[in-house]
Amino acid sequence: MWQLRFVSSFASGLLLVFASLLSPGVQAEKITIAAAADLKFAMDELVMEFKHSHPKHEVEVIYGSSGKFFAQIRQGAPFDLYFSADISYAQSLADAGFAAGSVQPYALGRIVLWSATQDASQMSLASLSDPAIKRIAIANPKHAPYGMRAVEALKQSGLWDKLEPKLVYGENIAHTAQFVQSGNAQVGIIALALALSPELARKGGYWLIPDELHAPLEQGFIITKRAEKNELAQQFATYMNSKPARQVMTRYGFVLPDAAAGDTDAD
Amino acid sequence: MLTDSDLQALWLTVRLAAIVTFILLLIGTPIAWWLARTKCWWKGPIGAIVALPLVLPPSVLGFYLLLAMGPSGPVGQLTEALNIAPLAFTFWGLVLASVFYSLPFMVQPLQTAFEAIGERPLEVAATLRASPLDAFFTVAVPLAKPGFITASILTFAHTVGEFGVVLMIGGNIPGVTRVASVQIYDYVEALNYSQAHRLALVLLVFSFVVLLAIYAGRRFRPARGV
Repeated sequence: MWQLRFVSSFASGLLLVFASLLSPGVQAEKITIAAAADLKFAMDELVMEFKHSHPKHEVEVIYGSSGKFFAQIRQGAPFDLYFSADISYAQSLADAGFAAGSVQPYALGRIVLWSATQDASQMSLASLSDPAIKRIAIANPKHAPYGMRAVEALKQSGLWDKLEPKLVYGENIAHTAQFVQSGNAQVGIIALALALSPELARKGGYWLIPDELHAPLEQGFIITKRAEKNELAQQFATYMNSKPARQVMTRYGFVLPDAAAGDTDAD
Repeated sequence: MLTDSDLQALWLTVRLAAIVTFILLLIGTPIAWWLARTKCWWKGPIGAIVALPLVLPPSVLGFYLLLAMGPSGPVGQLTEALNIAPLAFTFWGLVLASVFYSLPFMVQPLQTAFEAIGERPLEVAATLRASPLDAFFTVAVPLAKPGFITASILTFAHTVGEFGVVLMIGGNIPGVTRVASVQIYDYVEALNYSQAHRLALVLLVFSFVVLLAIYAGRRFRPARGV
């Protein structure tokens, strides 16, 4: 007899699981964020903070290159928010009707020289011509915003022709940092946000590349069309403009856009 | 149509695949021969190690090769001791990585071909006073010829299709490490789909012809040996 009861309770439990799988929105909400690789460490912190105030909900972040996410969202990828290292990707998604609402600028990125083998804080772009520096890693300028800015800075400083033979190209900014961290490239031009991460800050200093050498790295995010009615996605968007979130972003070296209306805490 | 940099990438890919196939013929043949004939207990472990690149994600293999080639890695220290340039971001770095990555594609078909020969022809050769080496080249190699062809084509094709490892250790340098698969990936990432389609089409046609050659060859080749 107990077997029958066991089987029936097992079956109803299974039904319950299926039912919960099939009916989203009834229980805890979940959002998936596609974020540019430069946000890796900052976003991890932001999400952790956000979860403190939204303990019942689930936030999942996927890091990668802005261009790849752009293509994936156009093909219906299940992302609720998209943080692009280049605001123009977010803008063209919005223009094509893939966004709910308008593009929100969230930060300006900065690029730095970084090395795992030497003290980069004592360097400048001119020191890259040193013959001891055999390989310089930058992100692929064909599609990675940080790579495009790195090329601009090298060209603007008149060092491009001399340095181009030394360049190696990472798939995205995190991959570029990996080339440097493993010592295979002596120096890299990476995102300040990555150089400030605990992982890399432990290994060496950085030298901030003057921002008049390149176009601004304006970054923006959107809520995607599929998340239009997702409360949690809206809440996360609002949270990005809150004081704690702005503090985290500032700590990772992002320059924040002017405080939005209503944010009286900006200093 | 195809740009100069596409042609450069294709030529680089073909050169890489040809060199890797040649090197693997030299390295893979003795390994396959040993695996086919040994009764030693570590045939199992060695066979498993040879097969590992089939299972390991290319990103994993590429990451550890990158660490190994770095200044504090074993390969990096070896190149430094020998006073040669580090291998990361070089053509020969890609060759080394691809030799690892394509090893099972050479060894496994060869091993199967050698095993199919059996003991008998070699015993006969031995009674005719052929030395083991002589017997290998005059008996085993001709009998295993279809195996050599299949193994070489598979190795070549697999190296052409390589992507993850190259991306991890290549550094995407035009004419040096930017192979066709990486070039396509760059086009896709840069949202230049039409150029990606063209290059992908070339690779698709190439792969189809290679596979067709294998299968057609199998079908029409007269059965031998058995």
